[in-house]
Amino acid sequence: MSKNTKTKEAVSFEVSLKRLEEIVDTLEAGNAPLDESIKLYEEGMTLAKSCMMQLNEAKLKLKKIQRATGGAIEENDLEL
Amino acid sequence: MQDENFSLFDRQVNVPIEDKILKVKDLTRMAKEILEQSFPSVIVEGEISNFKRHMPSGHLYFTLKDDEAQIRVVMWRSDAVRLKFGISDGMKVLVKGRVSLYEPRGDFQLYAANITPAGQGALQLAFEQLKKKLEEEGLFSEEHKKPIPVFPRRIGVVTSLEGAAVRDIISIINRRFPAVELVIYPVKVQGEGAAEEIARAIDDFNRGPIVDVLIVGRGGGSLEDLWAFNEEIVARSIFNSNVPVISAVGHQVDFTIADFVADVRAATPSAAAELVVPDRSEFLEGLQTSIGKMSKAVERATDQLTLELDKLMHHYALRQPVSLVEQKLQFVDDLSRRVQTSAEHFLDSNDQKIKSIHSHLNALSPNGILRRGYAFVESSGEVVTSVMKVEIGQSASIHLHDGILDTQITGKHEQKH
Repeated sequence: MSKNTKTKEAVSFEVSLKRLEEIVDTLEAGNAPLDESIKLYEEGMTLAKSCMMQLNEAKLKLKKIQRATGGAIEENDLEL
Repeated sequence: MQDENFSLFDRQVNVPIEDKILKVKDLTRMAKEILEQSFPSVIVEGEISNFKRHMPSGHLYFTLKDDEAQIRVVMWRSDAVRLKFGISDGMKVLVKGRVSLYEPRGDFQLYAANITPAGQGALQLAFEQLKKKLEEEGLFSEEHKKPIPVFPRRIGVVTSLEGAAVRDIISIINRRFPAVELVIYPVKVQGEGAAEEIARAIDDFNRGPIVDVLIVGRGGGSLEDLWAFNEEIVARSIFNSNVPVISAVGHQVDFTIADFVADVRAATPSAAAELVVPDRSEFLEGLQTSIGKMSKAVERATDQLTLELDKLMHHYALRQPVSLVEQKLQFVDDLSRRVQTSAEHFLDSNDQKIKSIHSHLNALSPNGILRRGYAFVESSGEVVTSVMKVEIGQSASIHLHDGILDTQITGKHEQKH
């Protein structure tokens, strides 16, 4: 379960940056009306902020894979 | 006569050997004993010819020869399985073994315990052989290389829990980009069974725990230490992996077979860690650059609007219903607030562009307009937008940027359009 959430977050840096790039391109093209531009600007700022926060608050997680006696693959937290 | 003599001698036990009549079996037995006692262990250099691997026994048979002589060589399966490289005709080798005689055929033979290539190491040759084989099969070709994700969330690591490699990887990723999960699969990285463990771990990552990318490696060592990474079973697992693999065998200069098959080769485990995640400061810098670009673009747009509104104010302000101008001003005011809210967290970062947009928008806000000498008139709690809205003698307030003037209407002059 937690794996799926993780994978979603994984996409989010990539997706956020991609969207941010789109916004920058649109704004730089200068064709959007001002209120639209401000809307994009707000969205871009929110994305940038959330990326920064995600990275600044992130803590490296360590996991360890083991084969159980039955051969099943187990994943546990790893303490070093 | 002769025959009689021979049979006579044969019956005599204590006659000297040169006078004795021997059976073939006796002679070969004696010769075999002498050979075995005299040459219990020798190393012989020669060229391999007539090489055959007998199936299903798995024993090896060949002739070892030089320009002047040759000898039959046998290598039992139990010894043959330990050979790292493949034997073939024409190969120059050193054969270590014992000499004996194969009685049924009377063949004088060398029983090989080990074979090494003459001139180069066995491992080196095995490496070259496997490299050639896999290369021909296309395992190294570019078209099979998978891209490494830019922002992996879960990174699998196949290595030993002992040793510097795993510590280096953890500390570098922790420093560079800690917004990830490191999933470590501890394996033996050298010695008996290491290659099998490494291969199985790679296979497991392809059916069990989901990861975005795999690092497979170990710290530096001798060719023997690194050998598991030159084994075919590891190469096959890497090739078959759906998860992109970064090889990270800690040897700066030399390549392993794993390096050739991997989607990306890192020279050391540390290098793999550097490669697998983005750099924190570059990432943040990139975000700042985007913010700067957005700000600059919005600044340009507000510049444009400032010009337009200025024109509007100069040419039409007194003719247009004030409410229309006010609406526009209200809109700008709203945008300004929004820009400020969005930028709040970044103002500290001394972003001049954001400040600049903000001041542009401020200049457009009603207060900014008033500061430039415009005023609006309010009476009975409403903004006076037309001379028709007030009567002579009615009191009104004139709003300036720094305060209010109380006044009374003493006359009206309607402007003809």
